[in-house]
Amino acid sequence: MTYQPSTRQQERIAYRRGRAVRSVLLAAASTAVVGVGLAVGITGAPGWERVKESFFDLDTAQKYLPQILEGLWLNLKLLVVCATLALALGLLVAVLRTLRGPVFFPVRALATGYTYSFRGLPLIIVLYLFAFGIPGLRLKGTPDVLVLGAAAIIVTYGAYLAEVFRAGIESVHPSQIAAARSLGLSYRQAMRHVVLPQAVRRVAPPLLNDTVALQKDVGLISLAGPIDAIRAAQIGVAQDADFTPYIVAGVLFVLLALPLIAVTDWVTLRAARRQNAGT
Amino acid sequence: MLLECRDVRKVFGDHVILDGLTLDVAEHEVVALIGASGSGKSTLLRCVNLLAEIDDGTIHLDGEEITDPRADPDRVRQRIGLVFQSYNLFPHMTVLDNITLAPVRVHKRPLPEAKDQAMQWLDRVGLADKSGAYPDRLSGGQQQRVAIVRALVNNPRLLLLDEVTSALDPELVGEVLSMIRELKGEGMTMVLATHEMGFAKQVADRVAFLDSGRVLEQGPPEQVLGDPVEARTRQFLTRIIDAGRL
Repeated sequence: MTYQPSTRQQERIAYRRGRAVRSVLLAAASTAVVGVGLAVGITGAPGWERVKESFFDLDTAQKYLPQILEGLWLNLKLLVVCATLALALGLLVAVLRTLRGPVFFPVRALATGYTYSFRGLPLIIVLYLFAFGIPGLRLKGTPDVLVLGAAAIIVTYGAYLAEVFRAGIESVHPSQIAAARSLGLSYRQAMRHVVLPQAVRRVAPPLLNDTVALQKDVGLISLAGPIDAIRAAQIGVAQDADFTPYIVAGVLFVLLALPLIAVTDWVTLRAARRQNAGT
Repeated sequence: MLLECRDVRKVFGDHVILDGLTLDVAEHEVVALIGASGSGKSTLLRCVNLLAEIDDGTIHLDGEEITDPRADPDRVRQRIGLVFQSYNLFPHMTVLDNITLAPVRVHKRPLPEAKDQAMQWLDRVGLADKSGAYPDRLSGGQQQRVAIVRALVNNPRLLLLDEVTSALDPELVGEVLSMIRELKGEGMTMVLATHEMGFAKQVADRVAFLDSGRVLEQGPPEQVLGDPVEARTRQFLTRIIDAGRL
């Protein structure tokens, strides 16, 4: 005999379906109210016509789109390089901070001092120091301002990422290290094969989140001179006395961030699910 | 003697855990450590494996002092297997990777050879079909058997078992205990801390009752568990019997 839901269960199902339909309708209605409210509020504002002209001008947008896109390519390249190197630097510093023993005292102190100072220093100041201060020394072989700017971003973000990695390392239960050491693995081997893989997995969501933040902060390099998307937009704004190029650059940045944000959400969700499955 | 612990002292803050403990274990011998929680059973095992540093006394393995500060703890641990109460498998590795990690990384054996050996062991304990699974897909009893295999593939001289059945559901205890019984049959030297008095009776050549960080009484299981000399041992066993564990 096949399973037939009881009348009580059928009632339950019907009731739940009714509630579901009701909540969908409610959500649609409230969304419409908020949307119309916003539209009326903004387009009805006394200065709307002026704002529309100087921020949302389609002709200006089209005119500067190619330059801004070209600049965005630089942002993208910078993002890839800075994210990779900042992650490597952060991991290295986090591992150095876990080293025990008197021999490593200077290394540990240096790593700790670095994370303390560079998390406090505003990125803009680091950027100015690197991009204008270092060339000012007039040393031979001083790299390009683009490289110096990138270095400033890497050093600043490395400090944040180091702390994320360190939190991950500390979240791995000591019994895991005990198990690894009891098998004869050295401290380094235990770190490399047992602690770090678990730590990195656990902090992947916050790491990716910091990468999203980095994604837009690479735009600050424009302050040091290189023509990235923001710099290209700024040039357009100055030429036409119209803010539309900034909006264009902004939209492009959001589009650039979307895949990264989607990946972050997916990884976070997966991590949460795995954690729930574990308990 | 394979293992000689002499006047071992271990202190945590003001708390004296091991207070001049002396214990010898001969090759092929199985010694069960019993005693109340906090009597120092687990601490002793951790000290023997050098996971905890002793505060006085000496421990010799195969006549070599392993508590000599100049001894390399990694080399010492390579000769001692330790199995934990909570299994401590590596959750990010498959069963097979858990087992082959030390043979490949520590003992520098080729991966295919290590895998073959691991599979033979898994086959023996009836877990060959779980080799590709992650630990969280296994029952507690299965995880603990994998943990024992992980210790055994390094061919240890001595196997330390720390309350290996305490975290298991009652119906899963049997499969782990029968594995240990088999190891005894093969002549493995073992020191096991346990709350399973019935098991201690079956598998141990000698039972040592720990009290306040010392071996208060030791001898054949029938004597220590059946007709103890010391009043403290009798008290302890009475409590165990009242709890229905003997």
